[in-house]
Amino acid sequence: MTTTLPHGTTPADTGRAPFPWRRAALHTGALAVLAVMLYPLAWLLATSLKPAEEVIASLNLLPGRLEWSNYTTALEGVNGVTVWQLLTNSLLIAGGAVLGNVLSCSLAAYAFARLRFRLRGPLFAFMIATIMLPHHAVLIPQYIIFNQLGMVNTYWPLILPKFLATEAFFVFLIVQFMRGLPRELEEAARIDGCGPFRSFFLIILPLTRPALITTAIFTFIWTWNDFFTQLIYLFSPEKFTLTLALRSFVDASSQSAFGPMFAMSVIALLPIVLFFLAFQRFLVEGMASSGVKG
Amino acid sequence: MTTTDIPVTPARRGGATGPKRPGRPGGRRREGAAWVFLSPWVLGASVLTLLPMAVSLYLSFTDYDMFNAPSWVGLRNYTQMFTEDPRYWRSVGATLRYVVIAVPLQLAVALAVAMALKSMRRGRAFYRSAFYAPSLLGASMSIALVWRAIFNDGGTVDNLLGTGGWVNRPEWALFAVALLTVWQFGAPMVIFLAGLQQIPGELYEAASVDGASRWRQFLSITLPMLSPVVFFNLVLQTIQAFQVFTPAFAVSAGKGGPADSTLFYTLYLYDRGFVASHMGYASAMAWVLLLAIGAVTAVLFRTSRSWVFYADEEGR
Repeated sequence: MTTTLPHGTTPADTGRAPFPWRRAALHTGALAVLAVMLYPLAWLLATSLKPAEEVIASLNLLPGRLEWSNYTTALEGVNGVTVWQLLTNSLLIAGGAVLGNVLSCSLAAYAFARLRFRLRGPLFAFMIATIMLPHHAVLIPQYIIFNQLGMVNTYWPLILPKFLATEAFFVFLIVQFMRGLPRELEEAARIDGCGPFRSFFLIILPLTRPALITTAIFTFIWTWNDFFTQLIYLFSPEKFTLTLALRSFVDASSQSAFGPMFAMSVIALLPIVLFFLAFQRFLVEGMASSGVKG
Repeated sequence: MTTTDIPVTPARRGGATGPKRPGRPGGRRREGAAWVFLSPWVLGASVLTLLPMAVSLYLSFTDYDMFNAPSWVGLRNYTQMFTEDPRYWRSVGATLRYVVIAVPLQLAVALAVAMALKSMRRGRAFYRSAFYAPSLLGASMSIALVWRAIFNDGGTVDNLLGTGGWVNRPEWALFAVALLTVWQFGAPMVIFLAGLQQIPGELYEAASVDGASRWRQFLSITLPMLSPVVFFNLVLQTIQAFQVFTPAFAVSAGKGGPADSTLFYTLYLYDRGFVASHMGYASAMAWVLLLAIGAVTAVLFRTSRSWVFYADEEGR
């Protein structure tokens, strides 16, 4: 797909209506790309409702007969742990992470964006550098630390780091947003006797709400999807998250388990889809503003 | 790392109140307040970032299995890695192949779609959101499992193209994983689109008055004006691609197969450290990854001086 269409003679003033076929071609192309992209999702939904024999025999996308029992099987869960338990575990971790990131990252961001202190330049540069730091460089010692603290196979290693602003991407995101707020606000507040703490909580934080919501939603989705950290730190089935429980399907690739396996995959994707539908404006704009200044 | 090249411009306090005299009690109190705000980050950065980096560097020179005290082996892990471990090199090869295939392809698709959307007047917001959705879903285990099934023997791709299952064939399995990355082009696309919308329309008007073709306009206006955004996406996606784990784990049942073709670096690191309990070896691998990502980022930053164009530097 490109915008360079055969007729180089098309005037470039996009403000005027171009030839109708051109617009039609663009929409056709976009819809075609969209159809290909949505196919895996449609396939997932369809397969989660297919009876076992159809998964193997039939090439149709749509199931001939809806097999709802895939979902009842999926609800029973894995390793004797119900989906409700897995869902609760996932929500607990994601919720803790959201709270931690919003709190700690906004505190750090306020200091970097609005306060003056020695070493601000170097520390800010270091903070930015940690965005690029591969997780693996700190992974093993972190594991050893949490192991020493007796926290392996608990949720602390998954939640605690978020309360310490270790996800520098969000600090950066909030810093960028706070820099856009007019300085006069705090100056007026200072004249009225507000210290930095009251300025932060009463003036800056409420105005930063869009960035905080973006942080919260991204944290939720990324934590929900994060497989690697959960794989390393959790090993009791009753502490598993939905994502981790899907792991037990990784080894078993027999197609008779396809229906329940993809029913469970749908359940695991559902919260992300709902979040996306509810907050897509924040998500798309949050992503856009991370790459383009201003 | 290459932090010095990042345009770090800590916002200056507006000069309205004039410069603070040093030693004024209010100033010192403010400095104290800053450190209170900063304290969670300072704790996290030192205990969960700096200290672990130092420890993993130390461990990389030891033999360590989590149960017995680490024993110093000097450069043994590194020499073993580079000279005696063919799987290590296969993991390096798979990762580099994946990065070189997936990242440019993903960015090219992202840019093409962003340009198409930019010239649309209706439905742009809808497409933008719809194309972005896979970027959020694609990192999940659910989608990784879907991918394995679609690219398996008897899966959709097999039925459609008759090429057999990609994930079972050493020469194709990597492409299956790369396509999952390309599928997630929405995040860079959204950033490209935002960048495209900031290019002033007068530039195109002037160019078309001068009779420049669309292709010429793309080369002479769009690409240079967009180059900071291209650069941002390139750095971000490259760093992320070096660390990809979940799809390779799902596609190969955690083993990196077939024939180590999807044995990504992180998968092998996980295998050495957490499956085989060679924490020292895994730490050495982690440090090589850190240095490799640092080097690649540094090279990108260095070459960027010749192709990234910042309009505000030209006194616009």
